[in-house]
Amino acid sequence: MKINDVILQTVAKVVVFIILTLGVYIFLAGHHNPGGGFVGGLVLASALVLLYLSFDIKTVHKGLPFDFKLIAALGAFTVVAAGVGALFFNESFLTQTFLSWTWPIVGKMGVSTVTIFEAGVALAVVGVVITIILSISEDV
Amino acid sequence: MNNLVVLPMIIPLLTGIALFFFRSLLWLQRLISIGAMLAASAVSIYILHLIQRDGILRLDFGGWKPPFGILFVADSFAMLLVLAASVITVICLFYAFFSIGKAREKMYVYPFILFLIAGVNGSFLTGDLFNLFVCFEVMLLASYVLISLGGKRVQLRESFKYVAINILSSWLFLVAIAYLYGAVGTLNMAHLSQRIAEVGQGPLLTTISIVFLIVFSLKAGLVLYHWLPGSYRVAPTAIAALFGALLTKVGMYALFRVFTLLFYHQPEITHTLIGIMAGITLIGGSIGAIAYQNVRAIVTYNVIITVGFILIGLAASTTMGYEGAAYYFIHDMVAKALLFLLAGTMIALTGTAAIERMSGLIRNYPLLGWLYFIAILSIVGIPPLSGFIGKMLIGQAAIESHSYLLLALGFLSSLFVLYSLLRIFLNCFWGETIISEENEAPLKRGLLMPSILLAILSVGIGIAPEWLAPYVQDAAHTLANPEEYINAVLED
Repeated sequence: MKINDVILQTVAKVVVFIILTLGVYIFLAGHHNPGGGFVGGLVLASALVLLYLSFDIKTVHKGLPFDFKLIAALGAFTVVAAGVGALFFNESFLTQTFLSWTWPIVGKMGVSTVTIFEAGVALAVVGVVITIILSISEDV
Repeated sequence: MNNLVVLPMIIPLLTGIALFFFRSLLWLQRLISIGAMLAASAVSIYILHLIQRDGILRLDFGGWKPPFGILFVADSFAMLLVLAASVITVICLFYAFFSIGKAREKMYVYPFILFLIAGVNGSFLTGDLFNLFVCFEVMLLASYVLISLGGKRVQLRESFKYVAINILSSWLFLVAIAYLYGAVGTLNMAHLSQRIAEVGQGPLLTTISIVFLIVFSLKAGLVLYHWLPGSYRVAPTAIAALFGALLTKVGMYALFRVFTLLFYHQPEITHTLIGIMAGITLIGGSIGAIAYQNVRAIVTYNVIITVGFILIGLAASTTMGYEGAAYYFIHDMVAKALLFLLAGTMIALTGTAAIERMSGLIRNYPLLGWLYFIAILSIVGIPPLSGFIGKMLIGQAAIESHSYLLLALGFLSSLFVLYSLLRIFLNCFWGETIISEENEAPLKRGLLMPSILLAILSVGIGIAPEWLAPYVQDAAHTLANPEEYINAVLED
């Protein structure tokens, strides 16, 4: 019997974008407020898990042809590289720095090297969560 | 601030992650991993020289001053171990290239070996107790993967025990850290040492120190070693050699650090306890070493005997004891890696680990036999090989501190080591040759070269210990005088 999942798929198509937006918001909020790479990464991963649940692995892989192990590795590499970067400026390992400019409409906004670190954390979390979910699903 | 200090951990970590992108390019994986470990070894030698010139080095991560930030501290003791660990890894990697097999190479074995060594080096270098926990975990997670990789039935059975016991001990470690933080309010080791000295090591702190003792004993295989022989036996040779050479040493290093830097005020309780535990370990390890007919089992029980022996140096807690322990640490990393590699090569050649089913190997593989003989002499401590100087100094320290029972146990255990290893030699290398020349499995040069390198190292350390002496003396001096460590960390 084929399960009728029209409702799930239709809702998922919309909700995935809401979750992804929330994930990005939480990720960016992390610098001064609760949030950050780990939580943001988990939320982003949950959007992908929803996709995997409502469609099947093959369909999702057509749209997102990534090896999530490599995404995790890329994330971990970014994390360590963000710390090592300081070495090239003759600063201590893991030193952070930031730049900020005053923009016309939004006002003062800054970029910090911590964001690179956090982006790595987020990628690693997404990669690991999806790898775990996919390997569990292969077992069943 | 000296960024060099972090490199022995960062080089393997970063290259290990990078290797994930070259899964199918095995030659590149090999090249990068060995290049990374050679670089880490070279940096370690350079840092060791810097320490002799400028004193203890430290690196405050992110520029946060201690005791607020976390930091790496490189003193001679830590750096000697980092150097030895990195060199051993180079040699074991070399052995792995020829023995580990394509299946494992494709399943990321090299990245995980690099993560393991990153954790080991991090544990040696860190100056913060919680950071020590983290580095332990990095090392353990990598070792879980390395033990279970391959998925054989016996591997899964043993790795389950290994994982369970290590998770339990990591939990205890965390609890002990929480107790200590609750009691004195800091986790920076130098700051801890200062605060413990200020408030005095009362019954509460001594109890906490005993929790630490239990934790590190589980990791080092001191008395609580029941998990060790099984799990080291199931890993492939190159990985078993790394485990045998490095993992227990990290636990022992932590014991040395904690009981020379933090909890040294009540030696009549803590150090006596360590002495008793070392004695029991020596007895238990000796019984295990002569009880088995399996080459791998005998070799792993020898790891346990060493744990007991090195900790005599800590129980004696004199400068000479520390010096002997430092020598013995280095010697044992080399000698145990050599022994594991040789045992693994024997098993690979004959297809069996049971000593009664091998015989007369020396006729088939003379070089292997003589290398094994050198390994025996070195481990037993016959001069001029590397084990001698460490054994002698630890023995002298035991006499100095009037622990004659430990002295007797230590040297009796050497006899058991000799007996257990000679039994392998007599059974497997001597006797009637049962492998005819046609059936003789060819001994690949790649399997023999690493052992030859280790044997040369062992002879080298034995013949010219003066070459190591200034570093070892400085290491022992720092261990015996914790205020030097504290000053280097807390003063600018």
